Amino acid sequence: MNNTQLLLSVSTGLFCIGLVGVIVRRNLLVMLMCMELMLNGVILSLVTLSQQAASATGAVLVFLVFVVAAAEIAIAVPIVLLLARRKHTLDADAFSDLKG
Amino acid sequence: MEQALLWFFALAALVGGALMLVLRHPMRVALALIASMMSLAGVYAMLGVHVIAVFQVLIYVGAVMVFMVYAIMLLDVRDPSFTHRYSGYLLPGLAGLAVLAWTFFHTIGNSPLQAGASPATTAFDVQPFSAAFLNDFWLYFELTSVLLLAAVVAAIAILKARRGNHE
Repeated sequence: MNNTQLLLSVSTGLFCIGLVGVIVRRNLLVMLMCMELMLNGVILSLVTLSQQAASATGAVLVFLVFVVAAAEIAIAVPIVLLLARRKHTLDADAFSDLKG
Repeated sequence: MEQALLWFFALAALVGGALMLVLRHPMRVALALIASMMSLAGVYAMLGVHVIAVFQVLIYVGAVMVFMVYAIMLLDVRDPSFTHRYSGYLLPGLAGLAVLAWTFFHTIGNSPLQAGASPATTAFDVQPFSAAFLNDFWLYFELTSVLLLAAVVAAIAILKARRGNHE
């Protein structure tokens, strides 16, 4: 296994762990953190492949993804706080009436 | 030596991610995620991508995770979701994980990847990154500032909505 395969395997491993975390965990904040883990896995694959291509474009793209992640978390955490204030719980099952 | 460190950081990132699935309290999950992110920063530093390693520590661990830790500390510790870790989707989720991981690893193992990612080359220093960022990608730089402004406005709007419901 060479380095590219190692890093891409770690990247997909992180993505899978994050996806499963979003599905199986109950706590809303933990689900958010698992989403961050998915994003980290994708960023790792982006860095690996752009480092292989030796271009600065990949680094710029990774920086933009960082900014988007910061904006995402700045909106998502107040939404979670709002939901927690409304139902007095962080359990995702308490919001199953959103199914319609 | 660099090769061993690269393996160490990669495995530490995976272990941190796996701990996130197992640990019970959100604060411990946040600490596991921080450990995983720091290990990823180590991976980036081993790859010679120092700009990204610094951004990973500054933006992710320094800003995003500190915000998340604040949110965890604001909320109630005796929440029922803190004691029961898993939802009813545990078995389907694990089955889906097995299928997805097998597909990914099978694809990676069979794809003709070059062995190019080496731990010694310095591809991105700060200087070429800054030149590319502000010469070629200035429009995206401006667009991200608009995005951040929109995020701030949206967060304020959410807080206003909360206050309006309580009155």
